[in-house]
Amino acid sequence: MALSGMRGLSVFISDIRNCQNKEQERLRVDKELGNIRTRFKNEKGLTPYEKKKYVWKMLYIYMLGYDVDFGHMEAVSLISAPKYPEKQVGYIVTSSLLNENHDFLRLAINTVRNDIVGRNETFQCLALTLVGNIGGRDFAESLAPDVQKLLISSSCRPLVRKKAALCLLRLFRKNPDVVNVDGWSDRMAQLLDERDLGVLTSSMSLFVALVSNNHESYWSCLPKCVKTLERLARNQDIPQEYTYYGIPSPWLQVKTMRALQYFPTIEDPNTRRSLFEVLQRVLMGTDVVKNVNKNNASHAVLFEALALVMHLDAEKEMMSQCVALLGKFIAVREPNIRYLGLENMTRMLMVTDVQDIIKRHQAQIITSLKDPDISIRRRALDLLYGMCDVSNAKDIVEELLQYLATADFAMREELSLKAAILAEKFAPDLSWYVDVILQLIDKAGDFVSDDIWFRVVQFVTNNEDLQPYAALKAREYLDKPAIHETMVKVSAYLLGEYSHLLARRPGCSPKEIFSIIHEKLPTVSTSTIPILLSTYAKILMHSQPPEPELQNQIWAIFSKYESCIDAEIQQRAVEYFALSRKGAALMDILAEMPKFPERQSSLIKKAEDTEADTAEQSAIKFRAQQQSSNALVVTDQSPANGTPPVSQLSLVKIPSMSSEVRSLSAGLFASCKDHNTSEQGVTQANGTLSVVDPQPSSSSPGLLGDLLAIEGPPGVAVQSEHNLVSGSEGASDAEDALALAPVGEQANTVQPIGDIAERFNALCLKDSGVLYEDPYVQIGIKAEWRVHHGRLVLFLGNKNTAPLVSVQALILPPTHLRLELSLVPDTIPPRAQVQCPLEVVNLRPSRDVAVLDFSYRFGTNVVNVKLRLPAVLNKFLQPIPVSAEEFFPQWRSLSGPPLKLQEVVRGVRPMSLMEMASLFNSFRLMVCPGLDPNANNLVASTTFYSESTRAMLCLVRVETDPADRSQLRMTVASGDPTLTFELKEFIKEQLVSIPTALQPPAPVPTPQAQPTTSPAAVSSDPGAMLAGLL
Amino acid sequence: MHIVVLTLLLLLQIHFVLLISRQGKVRLTKWYSPYSQKERTKVIRELSGLILSLGPKLCNFLLWRGVKVVYKRYASLYFCMCINQDDNELEVLEIVHHFVEILDRYFGSVCELDLIFNFHKVFYLDLLLSRALQGVKSWQAYYILDEILIAGELQESSKKTVARLIAAQDSLVETAKEQASSLSNMIAQATK
Repeated sequence: MALSGMRGLSVFISDIRNCQNKEQERLRVDKELGNIRTRFKNEKGLTPYEKKKYVWKMLYIYMLGYDVDFGHMEAVSLISAPKYPEKQVGYIVTSSLLNENHDFLRLAINTVRNDIVGRNETFQCLALTLVGNIGGRDFAESLAPDVQKLLISSSCRPLVRKKAALCLLRLFRKNPDVVNVDGWSDRMAQLLDERDLGVLTSSMSLFVALVSNNHESYWSCLPKCVKTLERLARNQDIPQEYTYYGIPSPWLQVKTMRALQYFPTIEDPNTRRSLFEVLQRVLMGTDVVKNVNKNNASHAVLFEALALVMHLDAEKEMMSQCVALLGKFIAVREPNIRYLGLENMTRMLMVTDVQDIIKRHQAQIITSLKDPDISIRRRALDLLYGMCDVSNAKDIVEELLQYLATADFAMREELSLKAAILAEKFAPDLSWYVDVILQLIDKAGDFVSDDIWFRVVQFVTNNEDLQPYAALKAREYLDKPAIHETMVKVSAYLLGEYSHLLARRPGCSPKEIFSIIHEKLPTVSTSTIPILLSTYAKILMHSQPPEPELQNQIWAIFSKYESCIDAEIQQRAVEYFALSRKGAALMDILAEMPKFPERQSSLIKKAEDTEADTAEQSAIKFRAQQQSSNALVVTDQSPANGTPPVSQLSLVKIPSMSSEVRSLSAGLFASCKDHNTSEQGVTQANGTLSVVDPQPSSSSPGLLGDLLAIEGPPGVAVQSEHNLVSGSEGASDAEDALALAPVGEQANTVQPIGDIAERFNALCLKDSGVLYEDPYVQIGIKAEWRVHHGRLVLFLGNKNTAPLVSVQALILPPTHLRLELSLVPDTIPPRAQVQCPLEVVNLRPSRDVAVLDFSYRFGTNVVNVKLRLPAVLNKFLQPIPVSAEEFFPQWRSLSGPPLKLQEVVRGVRPMSLMEMASLFNSFRLMVCPGLDPNANNLVASTTFYSESTRAMLCLVRVETDPADRSQLRMTVASGDPTLTFELKEFIKEQLVSIPTALQPPAPVPTPQAQPTTSPAAVSSDPGAMLAGLL
Repeated sequence: MHIVVLTLLLLLQIHFVLLISRQGKVRLTKWYSPYSQKERTKVIRELSGLILSLGPKLCNFLLWRGVKVVYKRYASLYFCMCINQDDNELEVLEIVHHFVEILDRYFGSVCELDLIFNFHKVFYLDLLLSRALQGVKSWQAYYILDEILIAGELQESSKKTVARLIAAQDSLVETAKEQASSLSNMIAQATK
């Protein structure tokens, strides 16, 4: 019988292998699954041996990609089988099928614990392996003491102890509190004296995790690490079986060097000297050899040594040695070494001051852009992007442009973006910047996102000196036979605005400009036509008095599009046609576009919208961290003139940023005049909806913001990185990224505890609570609001036993808020909480939200989060009851737009009138029952406070349709047009998507609930069933 | 919406191990980070598509979704391990090789290690491996992996030690089997 069971599996496997296609396979598998299912269900008395057979079959089926959830319980129950063969299968299958979040696993804790504390060594090994591989928090709390005991027990054999070390490592990662620091530092030191290299390797991994969390307690272990390294480097007392291709355990060497990188420095001169001797030996003694494995292993050690050298801030001489070595690597034949050479050079950029030495290898790095391996090309691009500064920007950007023509499609978008950023950031002069962007569009139009051409338009608009040049360039490109649609857009826009500046040049008369642009019209899509229509209107306006022929031509076009099906085109055509009949008055209406006020860059927005975390961090990350040392382009602002201009993107970095901003060079704006003098007046004028700041300087803070925006968001890079991978997935990308979020989070983020958006939404309604929390830090908020003032206190709490360092809080305020954050300390002591008051003044109505850019360093890692601050519009509302006598005269006096706006809102979340009323009340809009005779309507009133509006009464009326709850008509009235608009939009946002915190008891079923409950479908209470089985 | 950037704090070294055949069939998976079933399927689908499409003679690392994948092809089998960006790629690449050598030694004990890059040998290795990984003995690969890695970290770098431990396990199973069959013989005898 025993044999026939295994034969069954063999037969099944060969059946599967003989299946001609997926369909046959599925049928065969379904049959088998049905069989297994009935066995599990019906035959109560399955022996452990029989169970083992089926569980094993299940794992095989699972590997083929089929769902075997129904059998999880059986696999788990097999763990408690008395005999080794069954138990072994139970353990292995459980740890393959389940992850730490499965409920079944929790129920097995006792059995696992019995195996761990029992005397059977083989059972101990199985249990430790399972817990080490899939143990979660529950395991950490209940098993850690037992595992620790095994690890330090003198009676346990190495095979158990090494497993215990790694098992403890996992438990520690799940809950750092399970390892008591005080008690452990001595034991850890003892463990590092271990002679058995298997145990030592595992212990070293454990040690890396412990020091990464808190190095302070483990100083005594540092000399032992150096000793271990010396022992390995000199190959003393290393058993033959622990050398790998002649190298004494390369893995242990790497681990030990990794551990040392968690200590900020090595103070003891003797230890330091010994370590540097070892490092020097590694750096100098590693050659490229023929055997691939030997090569890889020795270079693994070498690269780790490099990282350690960088970390320890060795003398410049040793650093240059490292760079020279890397320079050699990027030219070798072995692709892995080339790749790592480039990657480590990029790493080197941020750690030390060796840029100049790296620049010597620029030519070779540029050659790497043509490497046959795309991964290497990407590293080269990253490195070039990272090493670019004012001195080599021209060379690098031009190389990138050249490369663009031949680059892989997968890389073009990233390449264009990087080229655009570098051009903007390090342009020696603005005309060069314009050249670069136009070339980008010309060479890779499909890969140039709208943001990029919007930026060039902003630049040109805000810099008069640049306008004739840009117009001329645009005109030149139009002569090319086939140009990209983006080029049509940008040149039509530029020529519409500035072609009159070219009037005296040949080929630049209004008529000629018109006809060359109009030639392109048949080739463009509907989204471009409105831009062309505007251009025509502008041309007409600039040629006053108009040539009759040109005028007739343009009018003919307008009237042709008057009946266009596209609403935008139609509206423009109708309006321009009507306007252009007004003759000279056209001049006022269609005057040159005003300068752009600073406003949030669309790139920043994009980044905020992207929920994906970092994908490719390397160069982007380095850039972000590096930025203060770079020549960021901004006009020199003198803070002596009073408060710096409050703009959405002006920086309020505490504590050190302001001085850096001041010291930033004015390179890019060398051609702009009179900035320093015109600074004072800007403060209040910026950024209102209707008033446009006429001063040229307004561009500079915006620019700074945009540069930062381009720098900061890893989201952009995520996208492009992703494109490489999935090529044609297109629209499903975002969804994929979401679905995979846990992967990324596991990989390289500190996972926030709780949903950030949910916390924010909750704080929009109440005045105190937690804004953000992760395993290391908690940010709480307490707020008080009085008229247009607010005082928020940020409570920054360090949850750890180690200090949080490099703490930085940067407020990105929207234009309508004046925010002053008090000093944030650079370090938060262990288990301490610091309070940082933040003063808020509401200047004018706006729905924009302030963002707190918070970062800290923990170990060698930097955590950075961007958090919306709950200083939102409704905080400046004060509910006020209004009687019928007061309401109606007010309502009537505010007769129509722009003070009273009405809109039909569709897609409203279904809710009863009662729910809507309580929603309104929670946002401090007071619902006034009985005012409206129609019971389906709702009237509310409130007072809004801001510096510009003072106290302003706002009235809201909502008319609902009981037959269709998904739409309603809303009317909002106040004495200020901006307020009316903003309030209306604000309420709309609340109605269309209700913050989850507010959700009324589930009128909408949540479909997500289903998959998680599927195991429960097996029986009414899986817990009880499993308990029975165990 | 909000971007939580980076960091490697307290994370596993190796997130998962994946063996796939050139036809895209999964031969072995081991997940050290908690991926849900849906995520696992997605990872396998995406990654196998990606890796199978790569040409030869490229470097053995891929940046993928914010993590790094170290992969290596042995004849018609791809071995992949997923690590963090800051981890030491070459070290992990040699863990892969270490694993392969042990599998090779176990499944095809005739294999000379330094011949591993000899074409025939590789072919042989592959044949043995793919047969072994598809067949009834394939769980051995899991046991072997468990002796090499725990919690995504290297547990044992001595091939000899791993071989010894696996042999000990095998003999335990054998003994149990013998006992069981003698027991069932006895029962059969008794019930005759």
